[in-house]
Amino acid sequence: MSQHHEPVEARMNDHDSQGNLEEHEHHIVSPVVYLIIFAALLVGTALTVFASYLELGILNPILAIAIAVVKATLVVLFFMHVKYSSKLTKLTVGAGMFTFLILIGMTLSDYISRAWGRW
Amino acid sequence: MSTDTIVSLPDQSTARIPKVNFLNKENGLLSWLLTGDHKRIAILYLISITFFFFIGGALAGLIRLELLTPQSDLMATDTYNKVFTMHGVIMIFFFLVPSVPATLGNFLIPLMLGAKDLALPKVNLLSWYLYMAGGILALYTMITGGVDTGWTFTTPLSTHYVNTNVLTTGLAVFVAGFSSIFTGLNFIVTIHKMRAPGMTWFRMPLFVWAHYAASILMVLGTPVLAIAIVLVALERTIGIGVFDPTKGGDPLLFQHLFWFYSHPAVYIMILPGMGVISETISTFSRKRVFGYTAVAFSSVAIAVFGFFVWAHHMFIMGISNYSMLVFSLLTMLVAVPSAIKIFNWAFTLYKGSITFETPMLYTFGFMGLFTIGGLTGVFLGTSGTDIHLTETYFIVAHFHFVMVGGMLMAFLAGIHFWWPKMTGRMYPEKISQLAAVVTFIGFNLTFFPQFILGTLGMPRRYASYPPEFQILNVFSTAGATILGVGYLLPVLYLTWSLKYGAIAGNNPWQATGLEWQTQSPPLTENFLVTPIMDHEAYDYEWLDGQKQKEVASVG
Amino acid sequence: MSDSPVLVHHGEVEIAHEHPHLPYQRHHFETMAQQNDATNFAMWLFLLTEIMFFGGLFTAYLIYRNWYYPAFVAGSHQLNVIWGGINTLVLITSSFTMAMGVWCAETRRQSQLVLCLVLTFILGLGFLGIKTIEYKEKIEKHHVPGFHYSLQSFLNPDSDKEAKAAGDKPMALDMARHTEVYFSLYFAMTGMHALHMIIGIGILGFMILRARAGGYTTGHITFVENFGLYWHFVDIVWIFLFPLLYLISRHAQ
Repeated sequence: MSQHHEPVEARMNDHDSQGNLEEHEHHIVSPVVYLIIFAALLVGTALTVFASYLELGILNPILAIAIAVVKATLVVLFFMHVKYSSKLTKLTVGAGMFTFLILIGMTLSDYISRAWGRW
Repeated sequence: MSTDTIVSLPDQSTARIPKVNFLNKENGLLSWLLTGDHKRIAILYLISITFFFFIGGALAGLIRLELLTPQSDLMATDTYNKVFTMHGVIMIFFFLVPSVPATLGNFLIPLMLGAKDLALPKVNLLSWYLYMAGGILALYTMITGGVDTGWTFTTPLSTHYVNTNVLTTGLAVFVAGFSSIFTGLNFIVTIHKMRAPGMTWFRMPLFVWAHYAASILMVLGTPVLAIAIVLVALERTIGIGVFDPTKGGDPLLFQHLFWFYSHPAVYIMILPGMGVISETISTFSRKRVFGYTAVAFSSVAIAVFGFFVWAHHMFIMGISNYSMLVFSLLTMLVAVPSAIKIFNWAFTLYKGSITFETPMLYTFGFMGLFTIGGLTGVFLGTSGTDIHLTETYFIVAHFHFVMVGGMLMAFLAGIHFWWPKMTGRMYPEKISQLAAVVTFIGFNLTFFPQFILGTLGMPRRYASYPPEFQILNVFSTAGATILGVGYLLPVLYLTWSLKYGAIAGNNPWQATGLEWQTQSPPLTENFLVTPIMDHEAYDYEWLDGQKQKEVASVG
Repeated sequence: MSDSPVLVHHGEVEIAHEHPHLPYQRHHFETMAQQNDATNFAMWLFLLTEIMFFGGLFTAYLIYRNWYYPAFVAGSHQLNVIWGGINTLVLITSSFTMAMGVWCAETRRQSQLVLCLVLTFILGLGFLGIKTIEYKEKIEKHHVPGFHYSLQSFLNPDSDKEAKAAGDKPMALDMARHTEVYFSLYFAMTGMHALHMIIGIGILGFMILRARAGGYTTGHITFVENFGLYWHFVDIVWIFLFPLLYLISRHAQ
């Protein structure tokens, strides 16, 4: 529930002067940053392929997901400018991840516990 | 009890409908079909939703007629299956989900916020076209043989065992789902970005809060239904096996995905209705809504909790005992914000100066019936009793108390409340009060016997039943007839009022919302000048001050 | 309408805010900033729905992978890591060119913007081309779920080039049949992803035409920005699909 509160307070402050316009200036990300992120993504791809050929047992999928999460985070923060965006945008991303995890987590909770006590 | 009325209409001998308003600004069919004006789109929605409501209502009539006798004598049993399926599909996806948001919400949210329009007018129009496309597809399926899976499309029935139009119905629901997503998206953006100066979050009418919460559910829930339907379609056409037990798939996974949307969908349906009730309760008891903040947050809480409880639709379907326990407990949580609303509305009435105009009558209907519907929901959320009551008429009665007794009452309350704003004219008060009372009586007669039938063990979704259940079923069918009259009356007198109704003036109810401070029907741009919100919501002293100022300046 | 000043009531005093109404400002917004903010926020909300749309597929994937792990490993071995890896690089590069495109629009470099968009367009097509090659392989080996599905590669891995290369052991019939679930999810997920790519490429084509006419280099770049968000989102989906589908236990068993 708390994820819905924050914009409320955030918006309350900037209300006096100009309605509800969140006018933070447009941040132009420099091509150098894009290039670094691009390189990082390439490295990540190589890393994830390499890691999958190692014998790590249970760590294999965890590592694969971890690398994918890092790559996705880089894309979201820099290519999609979330790092430089308003709180509202950050919150929107957060809300999406939260509901996504609820869908997966709570569905899985049923599947995991189905066989409990039956073996 | 007071017999006074707060209605104040302008002097009928001199009053005129404003010369320029959104209804007559442009003429011709094209000006309506290509409009970006949220008010015109709301009117388009109102007409189409009413149309689908009566289609769904006619199907309900057929169901009740069939159930008049224990044998399946009016129609074949598989026809009966098709009829109740189409009743469910049309009523849920083409009436209840868009009912209040797409008509009243569309019309009022920009007005209440002091904005000129919704943030994305073209998307708004697109969502109406998607709704119509979905609706026409649904009608097409109905004409070409219907579908008999129940509105839940339960696998493997829908994927393997029926030969009816599952695909086209699925497509209809898919398309209508996108209409709903775009409406919700538009509302969220509008509420965040389009508020007039001074319109802070806690000055917004509770109607807007309720729509905000419902919109969150629309945006986050509906796509999951979309993917579930896509998978059903793929299963049916090429047999991909994701839900097919013979190939290793799990049919319950479909239900998880389906109810992940369809449980929040219940709140998509009821929350906007609750928003309407907050407005009418305040206006007709001349008091600020008691516990404004609590009511506002309870809407958001219902939306958030709505995502944690879906598996209570699956208690008897074979989910694990442990998750049954967890989902049962979480389900109880939803009762808390719902009760917060009901109690706060009751406190709003306390020591208010209550008047009994038509919207208020519907509101009282809502409060009583929704409370019953909500409380019987606790029976069903308790896994122990649910096992006995689910798939019986108890559950049918429960969700009809919430959806028809709650949502439809709220919809009618809202339509009657804002009709003068939308059209500039009043409807005949006495006959509309009669309609409200008839609806209430008819509703109770229809659905209360079904609670008894359910506890006695009459299963739902069958065309025939043991003869000992007949008496209660006759009551129910009789009630449905009365209910039908109750729903036809408003269509008649509201249509009549379009030409012959009294001129309503700007603010016939003496209400405080920004929408009442502009002309009726409003201008295309809503306000001549951008309003500045300098008072709290439901501030009746501010309204009195405004009136005195007006008198002073005229006098 | 578009260039009339907006009047705002401040209590008793009337002040006319002279907002410069630019030609691309829609009449119902007070300022350009408000319009840009609103459309950007709307795009993000749309991406939320996309997350949830793919969320259903990821849920299904996770459940069946846990249930039928050996079948998922064997199914994954049928995919070509080289093609998958190249496609990942192609898509990441296209994301980079798109990001550069947004930068070109922001700094009003028309010809470079067109170049970036064309590159993105070509890379997108390249991705789909490689995907087609991969799909064709699956169709030829009867690995498309449905009526003609063949278990040959899993029951008798020595007869199959990929399975043999990966050192797969013959599977029991019961588990081998569950490879069909793996391929169902493979086609559903990559298919939905490809559908998003196709839509994106279509819009890119339109944008290239507009950009050549100078449509996005006069200061109004919301469309390019928002499309960029969409394109990056599609890229992110693939960032997850690649390890989940192609790289399940590539090491020797």
